[in-house]
Amino acid sequence: MTKALLALGLSLAGSSAMADWQVNLNRGVTEISNAVFDLHMLIFWICVVIGVGVFGVMFYSIFMHRKSKGAQAAHFHENTTVEVVWTVIPFLILIGMAIPATGTLMDMYDTSEADVDIQVTGYQWKWRYQYLDEDIDFFSNMSTPREEIYNEAGKNPNYLLEVDNPLVIPAGKKVRFLITANDVIHSWWVPHFAVKKDAIPGFINESWVRVDEPGVYRGQCTELCGKDHGFMPVVVEVKPQAEYEAWVAAQKAKQAALADAASQSYSIDELIATGEGVYQRVCAACHAPNGGGVPGAFPAITGSAIATGPIADHINIVANGKSGTAMQAFKEQLSAVDLAAVVTYQRNRLGNAVGDFVNPSDIQNY
Amino acid sequence: MATVDIDLPHVKDHDHDPHHHGPAKGLGRWLFTTNHKDIGSMYLIFSLCMFLIGGLMALVIRAELFQPGLQLVEPEFFNQMTTMHGLIMVFGAVMPAFVGLANWMIPMMIGAPDMALPRMNNWSFWILPFAFLILLSSLLMEGGAPNFGWTFYAPLSTTYGPPSTTFFIFGVHIMGVSSIMGAINIIATILNLRAPGMTLMKMPLFVWTWLITAFLLIAVMPVLAGVVTMMLMDIHFGTSFFNAAGGGDPVLFQHVFWFFGHPEVYIMILPAFGIVSEIIPTFARKRLFGYPSMVYAVASIALLSFIVWAHHMFTVGMPLVGEVFFMFATMLIAVPTGVKVFNWVATMFRGSMTFETPMLFALAFVVLFTIGGLSGLMLAIAPVDFQYHDTYFVVAHFHYVLVPGAVFGIMAGVYYWLPKWTGHVLNESLGKFHFWMSFVGVNITFFPMHFVGLAGMPRRIPDYALQFADFNSIASVGAFIFGLSQLIFVYNIIHNARVGEKATAQVWDGAHGLEWTVPSPAPYHTFSTPPKVD
Repeated sequence: MTKALLALGLSLAGSSAMADWQVNLNRGVTEISNAVFDLHMLIFWICVVIGVGVFGVMFYSIFMHRKSKGAQAAHFHENTTVEVVWTVIPFLILIGMAIPATGTLMDMYDTSEADVDIQVTGYQWKWRYQYLDEDIDFFSNMSTPREEIYNEAGKNPNYLLEVDNPLVIPAGKKVRFLITANDVIHSWWVPHFAVKKDAIPGFINESWVRVDEPGVYRGQCTELCGKDHGFMPVVVEVKPQAEYEAWVAAQKAKQAALADAASQSYSIDELIATGEGVYQRVCAACHAPNGGGVPGAFPAITGSAIATGPIADHINIVANGKSGTAMQAFKEQLSAVDLAAVVTYQRNRLGNAVGDFVNPSDIQNY
Repeated sequence: MATVDIDLPHVKDHDHDPHHHGPAKGLGRWLFTTNHKDIGSMYLIFSLCMFLIGGLMALVIRAELFQPGLQLVEPEFFNQMTTMHGLIMVFGAVMPAFVGLANWMIPMMIGAPDMALPRMNNWSFWILPFAFLILLSSLLMEGGAPNFGWTFYAPLSTTYGPPSTTFFIFGVHIMGVSSIMGAINIIATILNLRAPGMTLMKMPLFVWTWLITAFLLIAVMPVLAGVVTMMLMDIHFGTSFFNAAGGGDPVLFQHVFWFFGHPEVYIMILPAFGIVSEIIPTFARKRLFGYPSMVYAVASIALLSFIVWAHHMFTVGMPLVGEVFFMFATMLIAVPTGVKVFNWVATMFRGSMTFETPMLFALAFVVLFTIGGLSGLMLAIAPVDFQYHDTYFVVAHFHYVLVPGAVFGIMAGVYYWLPKWTGHVLNESLGKFHFWMSFVGVNITFFPMHFVGLAGMPRRIPDYALQFADFNSIASVGAFIFGLSQLIFVYNIIHNARVGEKATAQVWDGAHGLEWTVPSPAPYHTFSTPPKVD
């Protein structure tokens, strides 16, 4: 009964692919994802046929062989032939399913001869993308504003599925992902690629994709990784080769500009202004937007011994993290300017008023 | 049995036969009882309380997920709810309910006077409330309750776990000890206390499924104890079993956990197979089709459960050979499971069926468990599992096998045997009302989860993208229908079990088995002299 409903739903879904009432997998945009979709549909229909058969006999009995219709119970209670048949036939069906599944699996595992290698690292609660051949390295944070999550503003169409810096890959090239994690286990999933691989600290998992059609593809972390597990989307932009090359050049220029900015000196007000943005983007997830932390789980910044103590200790913990806790080493994640700014901001705002500040050039020593 | 002597003073007051005396009076009866019926009742009442508490947590989850955005709870608390809901339902509701049914029914079904180890029986029940008191109290601790999911993957549960993790570990140890003692007791009872003539292949299917389940429990509960102890060492004693930075392996945790976890899944369903195999023949008025193949099927499912654990881990990056092995082994389980379903249907075929409440639950079990089984077959296909893994499709799958599977099985059993326990027939109209509300509620709740899962919604998230909103609202409405309709069940049990119509010894006209040869309500001591089975 419910199976039939699903089947009906599936046929309706064919006409409107991304409707709110989507009931089926996405076919996706790669050869692998298409193979996966076909396998999924094959197995689905096999299940429907089995279901219809079994439930058909069952409902026939329920309607025909009821006492109220005067049915007399038969006395049979075994039949070797029937029992052998319904053991062997399912076994054969399973072999029929296993063969194509193994073939697709082997294709998925063939990560050889990639054109681009990208290391994907899961952090609580953001992704880091490092292009191994190009000196490009950046973090990708969710960019949905707090106001939308807390229903103080209308939700945009890409609610929770948007990031500040998407992963950019070239169309038509084999891209290999080397997936790992920095803290807990995460899982990197883009449904349209049929790529889902756990990001595990201490391990490097491999996966690959070749996307011919440029576009923006969205996914999410799929392994519970703590408080903001629901808020670490994956966004991949597939660009034609020329645009991709332009993007690579722009990224390199941006990194050079960052290095240059680190050698400048800034006033305390400039640092606080920059630091506020950094704090809300990076720190507020745990330490709370007002610096109050989460009692018992994450310490407050307001009045904390570190944020009001010697500045060297403060920079040290922000830059290098605290092992055994959720406090990460932010020197990899933030530029020297951002680090200096956020430390200065924490010491002079959020209810603290130490009055000192640090310049980006001093950060390099930590 | 030594307790008989302790109770002797009471015998004078009210009993004419010194060998058949009633229970002690007051609270002491329940604290010190070694009677399988008393202990069975306590297990069942405890399980019902846990079912309601765990259900409330599920309603918190569904209320938050009614609409996109954060409305009621913060993500931190949401994670505590999903974790506690899972732990309480698995270890507090489903498992104790089956142990309660085993306590009540196994001695009466095999013609034994009591469980083989009655004092241990008392102990294995009474440590359980403390385990859950410890677990529930962690909600009030600084840092909150465990928030890492019922699967508590390291290092989220070790290095990054809240301080209450240590209490959680202690609680799990106590539950494990309780389960192992219960399992030893059941095996000892079945193997030693069967009435003369009750050979193994004459035992009711419920007894068979529990015998096999008990062996699974003894095999895997120590593994769970091992994995939580390794966590304890990592947290407090500086080891690095699961910490990559210290040379450990986070994936090791998952292998050890699922080596426990997969057989655990069958621990929660095999006794339900047994219950349904008792009920369907009764109301179809026809012998169970293929009894020997039912026994072999349960045994093969149990054996296979030890070699399929890594299908929960297809995405961890196992070598290709590993993926293929676990995919094939998992698909094999469909064969004996299919045999069971076919046998149930063949039992109904050309029977003379009536549809009292226990039968309705049993029929819904067969249909909905089969749907859960078929989605399980889909999940077994490793390359496609990459799309399903850790999405709501998985949530839909395991709720179909656990709620209309295990829980409906338990409810069918309660409706079926309660007249024997209390001596009163339950109100059929209320029972049917409860059934239909539950049936409708369960499907409205869990069927749309297949859709959002396939459309790409990960599990264990407190907030979701807009395209998942419609089906989530529907699921939340269904959850409240299902949750509230359980109050009908509670009312029906409490009210009708006291004042309902008197039940006969036979209760159901098609019922067979030793438990129906004793009066209703079953006397405090049954089969003090073993019956003879031909």
